[in-house]
Amino acid sequence: MADSAIDRLARATPSSLARRVRGLSDRAIAWVFVTPTILLLLAINIFPLIWTVRLSFTNFAANKPNAEVKWVGLRNYTRILTDPDIWQTMQATAHFLFWTLLFQVVIGFSLAWLINRKFRGNDLLTTLIVLPMMLSPAVVGNFWTFLYEPQIGLFNYAVEFFTGIPASSFSMLGSVTLAPWSIVIADTWMWTPFVMLICLAGLRSIPDYIYEAAEVDRASKWRQFWTMTVPMVLPFLMLAVLFRGIENFKMFDLVVQLTGGGPGSTTLLTSIELKREAFEKWRTGYSSAYAIILFVTVFGLASIYVKALNKVKER
Amino acid sequence: MSAWSVTEPSARSKGIAAVLVILYTVITLLPLVWIIATGFKTGPDSISYPPKVIFEPSLEGYVNLFTDRTRATPEQLAAMPPPENFVDEIVQRRGEVITQPSKFGERFLNSVIIGFGSTFLSIFLGTLAAYAFSRFRVPLKDDLLFFILSTRMMPPIAVAIPIFLMFRQLGLSDTHLGMILLYTGVNISLAVWLLKGFIDEIPREYEEAALIDGYTRLQAFRKVVLPQAATGIASTAIFCLIFAWNEYAFAFLLTSGTAQTAPPFIPTIFGVGGKDWPAVAAGATLFLLPVMIFTILLRKHLLRGITFGAVRK
Repeated sequence: MADSAIDRLARATPSSLARRVRGLSDRAIAWVFVTPTILLLLAINIFPLIWTVRLSFTNFAANKPNAEVKWVGLRNYTRILTDPDIWQTMQATAHFLFWTLLFQVVIGFSLAWLINRKFRGNDLLTTLIVLPMMLSPAVVGNFWTFLYEPQIGLFNYAVEFFTGIPASSFSMLGSVTLAPWSIVIADTWMWTPFVMLICLAGLRSIPDYIYEAAEVDRASKWRQFWTMTVPMVLPFLMLAVLFRGIENFKMFDLVVQLTGGGPGSTTLLTSIELKREAFEKWRTGYSSAYAIILFVTVFGLASIYVKALNKVKER
Repeated sequence: MSAWSVTEPSARSKGIAAVLVILYTVITLLPLVWIIATGFKTGPDSISYPPKVIFEPSLEGYVNLFTDRTRATPEQLAAMPPPENFVDEIVQRRGEVITQPSKFGERFLNSVIIGFGSTFLSIFLGTLAAYAFSRFRVPLKDDLLFFILSTRMMPPIAVAIPIFLMFRQLGLSDTHLGMILLYTGVNISLAVWLLKGFIDEIPREYEEAALIDGYTRLQAFRKVVLPQAATGIASTAIFCLIFAWNEYAFAFLLTSGTAQTAPPFIPTIFGVGGKDWPAVAAGATLFLLPVMIFTILLRKHLLRGITFGAVRK
């Protein structure tokens, strides 16, 4: 076509102008679209975090907003780290974390492995098994106190039915030795499906031809399981443990409904202790420091763990 | 797969697996079945020993759930007109009178308002942000997943302290608006991340074709991207709704009256003398049932939602 430069310019100018009027530029759209979300995150996530850090260096108490606020430096931190009660709650949390993760990994993986036998109806069963983890932990936890009632509770009755130990002879929530296990059982019931679902995704990601090759090489089923199945599911399993670990470290709703930290302080997990300090004793500065310590702990552990996870993935 | 495959489990191993999985399913569903069953028991039936599996169903639990009652004296009962409906009949048979409707309806409605409000806001803002993150060069893009994870590491109680102070300053304590904003703030990073995954899967060529046809970016976003992302948006919305619906810690600490949701309320249901388990179970059933239905609808995208998009399939 024999278009002169001027002709082309004449046609180009109005259309690009029109475009400017009709629609925003990509850059502007990007900013308009992202800004509200960023502002909300700043207001609800970042700003409170900074405020918590600030409060952790003071003796502020939220129930006395007019009292004089003093800077106390690192005193809150040193008091927490030298407090034997805090170490006791850490121990309770560690017990809870260790056993819930162990049970959920073992049961979750086994279930996934069984479901992966691809028998008829496995989809329906998977959906049914998953139900408990989608429900409100507080409402379900509250109901579990009924199941754990001595004499009338379904759990105690089932124990009596299968082992012969009288249902009224023990109280899961009232006994110092049994209470830590009562929360482990309820949490395992609720969250095993989570680990199962992730393991199932891992098992299904293993291509069939690997097993076919192993059959040709006459590797035994046992050997196939340990040298192929387990290593290939491991990254998935580790991811599940990461999520459950973080969630259970800050566990609140289920356990506060089940035992509320008792009897004594046998099931006093860190989050429940934090609630007592912050909203019952109203030691806002002290509990802010405690919150920061917990956050740094999880953050540190999770970072190390993610590094390990990435190494496993690369293999 | 060929007709005969070495990787296909044998019929026997399938059978054993099926039996074991069915056994687990039955055990794991027992507490849920028990909640639903207890809701239809009478008070004495609910606390009988041994636990009653077969019982005469009653709506007593549901009546108690929705009403506040008090014990009536025999003279009062004798003076009352004969019961007009099943509600009066159930209450009178137990020698009680209804004083007022209970707070359950209100609390349930609060859960609905706050749940849907925050879900709508999360999805509206989240879809916009996710599109920008997916299609444009935006700063902080790579840190997003890490950011989501780290906001989830903070115990809710820890965040609740400054939020509590902030809401008190702004007059947002115990208001619907405050809770909607809070849950949106909690959910939005997850929503953006999940939606970005769904939008990433829509080929850019569709939009580019639309742009060449003379659509503006915004038109292409509205008429090409949004319809394509509809399934993803719907499942993300259900996730946000379930998280907001189930949330307990913030609701427990920051609401007490007008904006209290159902999870902190249900455990506080008491009868005329002590814990009224059929009423608690009835409330739990009404509260949990919608989530069960949503879970079944959502089953294909479940994994993606609960792992924050880390596992896709």
